[in-house]
Amino acid sequence: METVVHLSNAVAVLGQFPVLAGVDLTVNRGEIVLLQGPNGAGKTSLLRLCAGLLPIERGEATVLGCDLRTNREGVRNRVGLLSHANGLYADLTVTENVRFWGATVGASAGEIDAAMQRMGLAQRLAKVPVSRLSAGQRRRTALACLVARRAELWLLDEPHAGLDAAGRDELDSTLREATTAGATIIVASHELERAGALASRVVDIVGGLARERAAS
Amino acid sequence: MFRVARLIAAKDLRVEMRSRVVTNQVLPFAAITMVMFAFAFNTDSVVNKVAPGLVWLATLFSLLTLVQRSFAIESADGAIDALRGAGVDSAGIFLGKAVALAAQLAVLEVLLLLTAVVLYSAKFRLGGVVLLVTTFVAATCGLALVGTLYGGLAAGVRGRETLLPLLLLPVVAPVLIGATRATEAALGTSGAVVADGWPWVGLLAVFVALFGVGGTLAFGPLIEE
Repeated sequence: METVVHLSNAVAVLGQFPVLAGVDLTVNRGEIVLLQGPNGAGKTSLLRLCAGLLPIERGEATVLGCDLRTNREGVRNRVGLLSHANGLYADLTVTENVRFWGATVGASAGEIDAAMQRMGLAQRLAKVPVSRLSAGQRRRTALACLVARRAELWLLDEPHAGLDAAGRDELDSTLREATTAGATIIVASHELERAGALASRVVDIVGGLARERAAS
Repeated sequence: MFRVARLIAAKDLRVEMRSRVVTNQVLPFAAITMVMFAFAFNTDSVVNKVAPGLVWLATLFSLLTLVQRSFAIESADGAIDALRGAGVDSAGIFLGKAVALAAQLAVLEVLLLLTAVVLYSAKFRLGGVVLLVTTFVAATCGLALVGTLYGGLAAGVRGRETLLPLLLLPVVAPVLIGATRATEAALGTSGAVVADGWPWVGLLAVFVALFGVGGTLAFGPLIEE
C-alpha cells in the first residue's frame, strides 16, 4: 500500500514553544485517520506540518513523496487543508468559488462540474451566493473546492463543528466517498464517537506526541 | 504567475461587481471629500490653484478604504491562508490584486477629476492631455502596487485598520508630490507649463518599477509571516 504521510520523530516549534515533540505517524493512501486529543495537544500543528505550512525542526517528514525538510512548497498544491474557516468568497456563487479554486491548478470545466456533482452542489445550489448558504452547505462547497483542486491528501480540522445532525451525516458520507475515489484523509476532531466511526485508525495526540490505538 | 494574476484580478473585480462597495461607498466618500475641501477653502481662486493636490489627496484617502476592502474579502473566511496553503503563486496573487485595485482606482480618479472640474473650475487644456493621461496611469499603477504590498503586510496583523494608514501614507508621499506637480503642469494651474510635468512622471515611473519588482519579490514572504 502506498504511503502518503510518513513522520519519524518529527519536532516542530511555534516561536519558542515546541508544538510537536517527536511524532511518529504513517498514513497510507485511502485511509481516514482520526487525530484525537485535548485542546493545545498539537492536532492542528500536525495538520499544518503535513500541509507544508509549519516547518519541521528535527526528525523526518515525507508527504506525498516530498521531503518537508527541503521542499515544503512542493506539497502544498497537492494537499487540501480545511481549517475552521472555509476559504470561500461570500459574494461569489458556489459555482464561481469552485471554479476559482479549480482554476488555481488549471482544472478543466469537466473537472469542476464533476466536483460539483460529487458534492451534490450541481443542481439547486450552483448559482446561490455563498453568503446565503448554511454552515453545512459551506462545508460541502469547501470540500468541492478541494476536489476541484485535485487534492490528494485532505487535512480537516474539526470538520463537524457548526454542523447539524443532517450536515454531519452528509459530511461523513462525502468523506467515505472521497476515500473510495482515492483521497487520503486526516481528521482532527474532539468528537471521538462520530469521527471514530468514520476513521480506519485513531491516533491520540497528547503533549505533542502521537500514540496509536485501535479504532472502535 | 500571469495566469494566477488574471485569475485573482477577475475574481476581485467580480466580487466588487456583486458587492458594489466601491460604487455605493467609496465613490460617494471620495465625492463628499471633494465637497468638504471646497467648503474648507471657500475661495474660487485658492481652490482652483490647489485642485490637483486635492484630487490626489482624495484619491489617497479612498485608496485606504479600497486596500482594506481588497484584503477584507481575503481574510473574512480565511481565503488568504487557503491561497497560501494551496501553494498559489504569491507573485501572481500580488499582481492580480494590484491590477484589480488599479481598475477600481481608475474609475475613482475619473470621478474625482470630473468633480474637480465642476466644483473647483479646473480646466483641461489640449496640450496637456497626454501628460495628464500618462500621469494618471503611472500614479494609479504606483498606488495600486504599494497599496497591495502594504495591504498584504497589514492583513495578518491585529489592529490592521489603524496600522494601514500609518504604514501606507508616508510611503505614497512621493506619488502624491509627483502626481500633483505633473497634474498641475497638465492643467496649467499655478502658471506651470506642460514640460514641467514630465520629470515628475519620471519619478512616478521609478516608483512603479521599484514597487512592482519589490512587491512581486516580497509579497510571498510577507503573507507567509
